Amino acid sequence: MSKFSRRQLFTTGLYMAGGASGLAAATVLARRYGLVPPDCGGIYGPGETLSYAAHRLLARDSLAREFPRGMISNPPFPNQADPLGKEFERLRDGGFSGWRLAVDGMVARSASFSVADVQGFPQHSQITQLQCEEGWSYIAEWTGARLSHILDVVGALPRARYVVYNSFERDTWDSIDMADARHPQTFIAYAMNGEELPVKHGGPLRMRLPRQMGYKNIKYITRLTVTDSLKGFGKGMGSVGAEYGYAWYAGI
Amino acid sequence: MKQTKLTSYVTLTALHSRHSALVRVTHWITVFAFLALLISGVEILISHPRFYWGETGSSLTPPLFQLPIPSSRATVPTGYKYVLPDQNGWSRALHFEAAWLAVLAGLLYVVWGLFRGHFRRNLVPAGPDLSAASLWRVIAQHLRLQPAREDDRWSYNVLQRLTYLSVIFILFPLVIWTGLAMSPGIASAIPAAVSVLGGQQSARTIHFFISILLVLFVVVHIMMVCIGGFGKRMRAMITGRAATGKEQE
Repeated sequence: MSKFSRRQLFTTGLYMAGGASGLAAATVLARRYGLVPPDCGGIYGPGETLSYAAHRLLARDSLAREFPRGMISNPPFPNQADPLGKEFERLRDGGFSGWRLAVDGMVARSASFSVADVQGFPQHSQITQLQCEEGWSYIAEWTGARLSHILDVVGALPRARYVVYNSFERDTWDSIDMADARHPQTFIAYAMNGEELPVKHGGPLRMRLPRQMGYKNIKYITRLTVTDSLKGFGKGMGSVGAEYGYAWYAGI
Repeated sequence: MKQTKLTSYVTLTALHSRHSALVRVTHWITVFAFLALLISGVEILISHPRFYWGETGSSLTPPLFQLPIPSSRATVPTGYKYVLPDQNGWSRALHFEAAWLAVLAGLLYVVWGLFRGHFRRNLVPAGPDLSAASLWRVIAQHLRLQPAREDDRWSYNVLQRLTYLSVIFILFPLVIWTGLAMSPGIASAIPAAVSVLGGQQSARTIHFFISILLVLFVVVHIMMVCIGGFGKRMRAMITGRAATGKEQE
């Protein structure tokens, strides 16, 4: 048996060295081509990275399925929401005329838009599915402005890599990469099923991201920050959800 | 070494592997991944223990059926007065990471198996074994919970072969497919993968039933290992050596 063990040791060593250098090369390439998510650390990092990289390599520009009007779910399910406080009620009572969407960060012209300003941008609609990670889902028609259009209006810089978005809800923020931010179905939505977006569904403004799970579709959007690094935001994991164990990339 | 004292026949068989190294390694990776998938899958399931058919479904629409268990979400009408703690974050992360592990190990095993003739040699049943009489003999033997015959130590009987082939080439591909079909990213990239199944909620429901079949397989598999001799079978799958009569003494 000892006759084989030296050869086995050699081939095993060769495989291991090959595997290790392959992995190192893959890591360098993955970082360079933006295939590593901000929550790539920890024991679940490899799984998150594999899923994100696979989706970005194989389906970067794919379009979410759109459905015929007859398939719109009635009624759509509004998830549980915490009370939003007196300030929100005041804004709502004023028809959200005082609502502001601030856009800042790596942009040529920082701006602050009213809901009417957003409604004045080219209007788009989609009949797509919203899927919750819990297991339920519904189909609705969303109308809004393309995030890519807003990024063009403010002149997002070419080296920007992410858009961070904040909610009126305290400690609620998330971010997406440019593949999703520039995606034609990524909306700042203000209407649902032909009517003003109900507060329980995130009105007046909601991030609509049909290629990712419901929890990335943050409600009550107040601010967009264009950036090339997520390091300065929270714990640097890309979203407040990721800090609680919910994957930053939720296209899975 | 102990082996040198044995007869040449025993030395030969002792050196001959019952299970090759690749089978053993991928088997235990799959065991580990399956356990992680099962635990995290149950955890994800209790956040919405209702099932639907078609594209959509929620607590506002009638379910196909609902499991009589409590939920980790207050919005699900379960009839229970309490809500379980939300553990979906790590559960989902573990589920997908374990899925990657299982898929990669499975791919390695299947490619190796095709390349090396593992399936043809060890798993595809011989023609005569598929006759009704032969099948019935093996089924009757199993129903009487008789231990495996001596020659079954070195080979698989027809029932084992058909079961393993179904698990490897039907249940695993189906559970992976229905899992992927639930992903909004995959659904946008390959819409047909969802529509063929009847919708994303249908995919979820099928995923659930395939998982139950896989759990049933594992339960029976472990039962058969115990009946066949737990120590011997475990040794064969860990070290690759199958015990012969003489070696045991």
